Amino acid sequence: MPSLGADMTSGTLLEWRVKPGDAVKRGDIVAVVDTSKAEIEVEIFEDGVIDELLVPEGTRVPVGTALATVRAGTEDEVPSARPVPAAPQPPEAHRLRASPIARRVAQQLGVDLAAVTGSGAAGAITKADVEHAAAGAVTPVAPAPAAPAPAASGAPAPPPAPPATPAGEPGDRALAMRQAIGALMARSKREIPHYYLQTQIDMSRALAWLAEENLNRPIAERLLPSALLLSAAARAAAATPALNGFWVDEAFRPAEGVHLGVAISLRGGGLVAPALHDADRSSLDELMSGLRDLVTRARAGRLRGSEMSDPTITVTNLGEQGVELVHGVIYPPQVALVGFGAVLERPWALEGMIGARPIVTATLAADHRASDGHAGSRFLTLIDRQLQKPEEL
Amino acid sequence: MNEQELHDVVIRALTEVAPDVDPAAIDPQTDLTDQLDIDSIDFLNVLVNVHEQTGVEIPERDYPKLATLDDAVAYLLAAQPRGAGTDA
Repeated sequence: MPSLGADMTSGTLLEWRVKPGDAVKRGDIVAVVDTSKAEIEVEIFEDGVIDELLVPEGTRVPVGTALATVRAGTEDEVPSARPVPAAPQPPEAHRLRASPIARRVAQQLGVDLAAVTGSGAAGAITKADVEHAAAGAVTPVAPAPAAPAPAASGAPAPPPAPPATPAGEPGDRALAMRQAIGALMARSKREIPHYYLQTQIDMSRALAWLAEENLNRPIAERLLPSALLLSAAARAAAATPALNGFWVDEAFRPAEGVHLGVAISLRGGGLVAPALHDADRSSLDELMSGLRDLVTRARAGRLRGSEMSDPTITVTNLGEQGVELVHGVIYPPQVALVGFGAVLERPWALEGMIGARPIVTATLAADHRASDGHAGSRFLTLIDRQLQKPEEL
Repeated sequence: MNEQELHDVVIRALTEVAPDVDPAAIDPQTDLTDQLDIDSIDFLNVLVNVHEQTGVEIPERDYPKLATLDDAVAYLLAAQPRGAGTDA
């Protein structure tokens, strides 16, 4: 049972999507698990053949329990059974590195990036690799990642277990989610020395550019201001490594990519903060479609395991409700949370003149063990700078 | 589509993003985003859905004209293509 977020201590295996003998490749969805928060689609992180399903459907097991065994290689090879990764995953262990253009081309050509071997820097998948794969060239399957670390090393200590509640009834789920959020946030406030910064950002240029851009776009491809804010935050995070990563075992571990957690409120209460993968290298179109997809699936209760466990920094946007600013609580083991309030028309002084401008207040809550106000300040300034050049996002 | 059909299209799109909402309980003259607690992404999804069902182009500057159920139906009724080649 993988850890699908730091607030999860156990999960119920709802449904197997594979059976013994099925060939699987990295990234395939093999099971659906019910956490206290949602039904999550669990991906497999290595290629092989399903050997045995160890946990029957409907069973609730603690995080770390082996769910199934997988044989390496193809069906014809000598089986060497080994357990499916069941310990909490190092958050960045199963990330695919691919350039935005490679992702776009892969989408157009229907190529599964998980099956492409990257030839770029640090094994990143390039456009050429994707085209190569699409042309039917022999492309070796990406090697399976190293076996996951045992639960004791590298993984954050689990939060206090919420009382076991049978999932199913909406009331039960809402209660279980409230308890899980409470346990995680209490741990955050207990352990993380937060510091808070805020700045006001003039959104005139960004919104004018957006309105112009949307004029030429069909409705399904139009951008929302959220996409600009997320893109700016992701790029600023990439340039401020001390805010993008994890506090684990009394030390800061910077993340390799920027997987932007997006706080999404659920109808009926509660929230989840799944990841937009490689948000700093995604185009606005990719971020926008990713965001729409994530919000729709989050509210329908169909998120994927990697989305739940991968975020390296989280953004909460409470502007929709009209509040001016939010001082966030960091999601352990992350070390920073970015907040955006509503874009409001405000008096704004510039070059000795006062005018009315659309202003958003951006905030940062960050872990003082991992960074100082200097880095945090630089981060918010970078967000502002990016939003003054929306055409470059 | 007639008024009733457009009404049904909008209701269906709304209940897709807010499945817990009872269509009969929607006040046709109250702002939908406030009333149903939906955000800008939900609202965009509603408009995309409505566009796909009706073929009506909805420029971004017109979004406020679809803020309530009654307004949305009236807008779509006025804007929908009237047969091939005659939508001006």
